[in-house]
Amino acid sequence: MTDAKKTKHSDTRAIALTAAKYGVLIAFTVIALIPFVWMISSSLKTSIDVFSIPMKWIPSEFHWDNYLKIWERVPLLAYFKNTTAVAIIVTFMQILTSSFAAYAFAKMQFRGRDFLFMCYIGTIAVPWQVYMVPQFIMMRSIGLYDTIWALVVLQSFSAFGVFLMRQFYLGIPNDLSEAARIDGLSEYGIWARIILPLAKPAIATLCIFTFVNTWNDYMGPMIYLTTDLNKTIQVGLRRFIQAYSADYNLIMAASLCSLIPVAVVFLFLQRYFIEGIATTGMKG
Amino acid sequence: MTSTQSESRRKMSALEKRNTLIAYSFLAPNFIGFVIFTLVPVVFSFVLAFMNWSGGQNITFAGLDNFRLIFKDFSFAKSNLGIALKNTVFYTAMTVPLTLVFALGLALILNKVRGAGFFRAVIFFPYVASLVAICVCWNFLLMKNGPVNQILNAVGFNMKKSWTSSRDLAIWAIIIVSVWRNAGYYMVMYLAGLQGVPAELYEAATMDGANGWQKFTKVTLPMLTPTTFFCSIMMVISCFKIYDVVAIMTQGGPGRSTKMLVTYIFELSFGGENIATSAQYGVASAVSMVLLAIVLIVTFVQFRGEKKWVNYM
Repeated sequence: MTDAKKTKHSDTRAIALTAAKYGVLIAFTVIALIPFVWMISSSLKTSIDVFSIPMKWIPSEFHWDNYLKIWERVPLLAYFKNTTAVAIIVTFMQILTSSFAAYAFAKMQFRGRDFLFMCYIGTIAVPWQVYMVPQFIMMRSIGLYDTIWALVVLQSFSAFGVFLMRQFYLGIPNDLSEAARIDGLSEYGIWARIILPLAKPAIATLCIFTFVNTWNDYMGPMIYLTTDLNKTIQVGLRRFIQAYSADYNLIMAASLCSLIPVAVVFLFLQRYFIEGIATTGMKG
Repeated sequence: MTSTQSESRRKMSALEKRNTLIAYSFLAPNFIGFVIFTLVPVVFSFVLAFMNWSGGQNITFAGLDNFRLIFKDFSFAKSNLGIALKNTVFYTAMTVPLTLVFALGLALILNKVRGAGFFRAVIFFPYVASLVAICVCWNFLLMKNGPVNQILNAVGFNMKKSWTSSRDLAIWAIIIVSVWRNAGYYMVMYLAGLQGVPAELYEAATMDGANGWQKFTKVTLPMLTPTTFFCSIMMVISCFKIYDVVAIMTQGGPGRSTKMLVTYIFELSFGGENIATSAQYGVASAVSMVLLAIVLIVTFVQFRGEKKWVNYM
């Protein structure tokens, strides 16, 4: 009798605990999403209605035409094209050069290996903000200032990418590469046919992080791009905000558009993002 | 005998040479770019800190002048460097613990709950969302008549200003956005850390009659110290590098109330967004040396600490 009572009591406690857990989770989900919801709602209002008191979550009238207006106000399409170009080229170059260089560091013996690797590690510890000025001076003197190529060459050869790929390669047993060596495969063959296919998860992680980081990069484009048609979406959006600071609805519509590519990538590949962070401590 | 030995040695070294060449060919594509665009600028930034240069033909040796200039009349209330340091430290001291508390709390709840994947993804999303979009959105949310102030006014506060144009609240606007944006990221780190806590420890604690709170303080928290340590170090470093949120939301203002270390470096080298001053690359590099020193000290602490924690594990 008392036993049954006890289990019943602990049952209700467990249910209450679970309910509380979900309550907290839902509250935080709302906090995480509410700025985006507000963004959508405001982007469909008139500019005056955005800050109406009391606030309306659902606009009284849906102004879909806001989404047409933004493309006429600023060269948004050019911004998108530029950003896509930078993000794709940088991602491709980083994967290629990092996965290649990491092979030498992880799977080969050669003189000066440890010293060179220390150079890589050493620069990872130095914040980019420390050497952005010399980089800027260099870019200006070789004539890449105000072109997206400045961003491409600066971001294509990341030391971090090499580090990440090397760490992953180290986890691939050496027996595999040695067996292939005995079978007469060249080092390039081992890289292409054995190591690279096994490193798919690391490549996926590096790929999406590089893409998202390049897409979201604000500081680089702000330093290097001045001509309007050369701008990327982040600085272009900023320009939009400064030029039409009272058109809250249009600003929100343009902001939302800038989020869509990243949101889509995240939606389909979120598993890689989250597992990638957990296993590598990768910092965007 | 000796001749064959030396021959084999010669063969070995020929093989070694070949190997080294192949290895260099693997490194070359990345290494050449890395040396030109990263290593050289890093070295040059050290040199620049001791030079006088505003971008023109004239570049002169300045000795310690740049450092003297930034530390001249140093005070946390008045000098540019002092204010930038004070703001950056305050921002870091608030953002790091707040983010960690939320991240740990969320990770504990999410650990072993049905539908965890969904909540995890949603709470993580702000971290990947484009900064300009979310910053301008938060700027609007925190406006004079924005939703946040409307709610606060409804519960009895008297909010009459936009957060970003108030000297006291502007830095909090930046802290709020940072915590909101980063909590999901560190939550994922904590979730990974929680996977590493052996279930036997909880079983043993249950057998010893420990309640939920005791299990948390005596098992979970101590077992998570390496994660907490790693996360706080990473976050301290990234907080000291804060720039973009500030640039988009407040531009260091109002006044100098949200001026950060990197904001200051930026103003000196590129002239702030609204200020037209001539570039002072040398002085900017001197300030960036201060940033570098801080980051290196923190990294060193991590290096030492990590060893300690590994032993403890």
